[in-house]
Amino acid sequence: MEQPSLRDYAVIGDCRSAALISRFGSIDWLCWPRFDSGSFFAAILDPERGGFWRIAPAEAFRSQRRYLPESNVLETTLKTAQGTIRIVDAMSIASEEDESKLLFPEHEIVRFVECSRGELEVETVFEPRPGYATKRVRLCERGKLGFWVDLQSKCLILRSDARLEIRGDRVLGRQRLRAGDALRFSLSFNSNAPAELRPLEQVTLAIDRTVAWWRSWIGKAKYDGPNRDAVLRSALLLRLLHYGPSGAIVAAPTTSLPERIGGDLNWDYRYCWLRDASFTVRAMFELGYAEEAAGFVGWLLHATRLTRPEVRVLYDVFGNAPRAERTLPHLSGYAGSRPVRVGNAAQAQLQLDVYGEVVEAAVQFIRAGGSFDAETAALLREIGLYVCRHWRDPDHGIWESRSAPVPHTHSRLLCWVALQGLLELEWRGHLRRKAPIELFQRTRDEIRREVTTSSWNDRLQSYVEVPGTDQVDASLLALAQYGFEPASSPRMRSTFDCILRSLRADHWLVHRNRELAIQGDGAFAICSFWLVHYLAIGGGTLREAKEAFEAMLAFANDVGLFAEEIDPPTGNPLGNFPQGFTHLGLINAALSLQRREQGALPPQRGGVSQIST
Amino acid sequence: MRYDSWFIWGFAATVVLTTIMAGSQSLGLTRMNIPYLLGTMFTANRDRAKVIGIGIHLLIGWLFAFLYAAVFHAWGGAGWWRGGMIGFVHAAFLLVVGLPALPGIHPRMASEQHGPTAKRQLEPPGPLALHYGVRTPLSVVVAHVAYGAILGGFYPLH
Repeated sequence: MEQPSLRDYAVIGDCRSAALISRFGSIDWLCWPRFDSGSFFAAILDPERGGFWRIAPAEAFRSQRRYLPESNVLETTLKTAQGTIRIVDAMSIASEEDESKLLFPEHEIVRFVECSRGELEVETVFEPRPGYATKRVRLCERGKLGFWVDLQSKCLILRSDARLEIRGDRVLGRQRLRAGDALRFSLSFNSNAPAELRPLEQVTLAIDRTVAWWRSWIGKAKYDGPNRDAVLRSALLLRLLHYGPSGAIVAAPTTSLPERIGGDLNWDYRYCWLRDASFTVRAMFELGYAEEAAGFVGWLLHATRLTRPEVRVLYDVFGNAPRAERTLPHLSGYAGSRPVRVGNAAQAQLQLDVYGEVVEAAVQFIRAGGSFDAETAALLREIGLYVCRHWRDPDHGIWESRSAPVPHTHSRLLCWVALQGLLELEWRGHLRRKAPIELFQRTRDEIRREVTTSSWNDRLQSYVEVPGTDQVDASLLALAQYGFEPASSPRMRSTFDCILRSLRADHWLVHRNRELAIQGDGAFAICSFWLVHYLAIGGGTLREAKEAFEAMLAFANDVGLFAEEIDPPTGNPLGNFPQGFTHLGLINAALSLQRREQGALPPQRGGVSQIST
Repeated sequence: MRYDSWFIWGFAATVVLTTIMAGSQSLGLTRMNIPYLLGTMFTANRDRAKVIGIGIHLLIGWLFAFLYAAVFHAWGGAGWWRGGMIGFVHAAFLLVVGLPALPGIHPRMASEQHGPTAKRQLEPPGPLALHYGVRTPLSVVVAHVAYGAILGGFYPLH
């Protein structure tokens, strides 16, 4: 079978781990027990070796799918000439109350297959390949206890009422179903013995419980603005990527899905970037998820405390450094895009913008009524001092360039945001002990002078990516987002025009920067949502903003998911999928549109005017 | 019977046994989690089961230490090797008789014959507890031999 396009995938998850399921009924990506653990299925990165679990008609079929309303439970309908089956896939989740009373596997995927029309043969192929297909598979059948993959310290258990048998290192089955017949499957992961085993008669109950859990969560959303379905789908995805035990949010559940088909821009995104932390906090608070926002800020401050006052670019879900980057040469990569990488070398980069994000997230938290302990206040003061010492340093910038560091306008802007935020915290009385306010004010003003002079290009009539050069990048839109420049200022409007002239790939699709546009990279989806945000906060009319927003929504796949990038000629997703930051951009653009619709220009971030000197 | 020594060394030996078993799990030698196994007899709450299980395991450890001390007295001598031998017999009994019989005692454990039910969802240990990992018997023997050796080595008969 031809390798599915990335748009053919949907995701299920349990707020600790995730799986990608193709529209052809195949689970082609699954990492347990954590998002960044080794894979059990990785056919998305190597259809031959990676491993998968497919349940599908034995003959040719067409498929249609959707998420069950207000949930991350997937329903796929597969139709042949003779009959139709419906597969419901869920990674089971139970409420805290249920978990205190009942036993559940540590992680579990339940699949319910029902024949709704005619008669057809259904084929099951279960081909686990643990540890990114590096570990030997020992399958054994234990009668009514199911099929076991024993990995010493953990095990995978497949149970079903379908007729299955072991053939080599696979479990296979083929069964004729008539309308009304159903098959139930449970695949669970356990690292403890005794392992919990799901009775098959509880598979539908597990699906119902999971749907109820998601509905109960999304039911708390306060959003009532434009394109509600798309916003709620994005919120559901962010919750799925929100690692429950620590409060961290991973950027995406996948690694090495290529930014260019056949190219080598393949990175591991199963980590937590501090970038857009303030957007994340704002989105959560505004959607009504104060608990998740507070949990995220808690994780953020915990993670940064471990390396204080320096801040890493990315962390694992518990705030530790990710594993060193390495390649997996035995995997062929998605559509032949090598290498497949695990771990991420960007962790060692200097990216000064993250300081602004951490401080701004803390400011959002305080504005929503939160408070800090003395240690956190001290950490924030130290971050301020670090920024004052280092804001001029060259860095790798927001796009994580792997070439030599250079000064970046965006990084300097975020240093300004950090100091502006700290001044607001001081003004609100949250920095506790005496902070070096004069130093913060003086440096903040110095950064402003530097950005407005060195980063402005008179010939282009635009701000530029690197001071003193003539290239623009999409991150310059942040100048308006953070309140450094009013969105409607002549400078900002001409910068916006210049960005469109230089980086536009298609109607509202833009590349990150000129270099990547020339190399043929995809358009960066979050940048298009920044455009919408910019238009909504005063850079354009409401009609323009809505038009851009709706044009962007058309690039989502059939279940409403976006990758990191979009291939302009085909509209296909590129890069890791689904991508949390893209959906975060979607939510923030929608929130800004909602405010604009309500007659108010959305507040720009980056501190309050009372603080200006 | 030296009750103070039984109390102290019974506790110490149980702590070592529990640590060896937990360490074996951390090192990937076995999946067996004894506190969880015991605690789920009393509650389905995963976290609470582990805490209750630790308490029960300590109590059982003390109880067995009493039996070990009685054997030392009957044998007329203690010593680490005698303790180790009793520990080996103890482990063998547990692996061959005790754990395979567990589905008949444990209210939440499924049986091999009937599979899991709504009330019985925990994996049975199987012969020699091999379902919990092929190195489980080794971990159980090492932990119990250490338990016996500590009791034999430190329990004074007179």
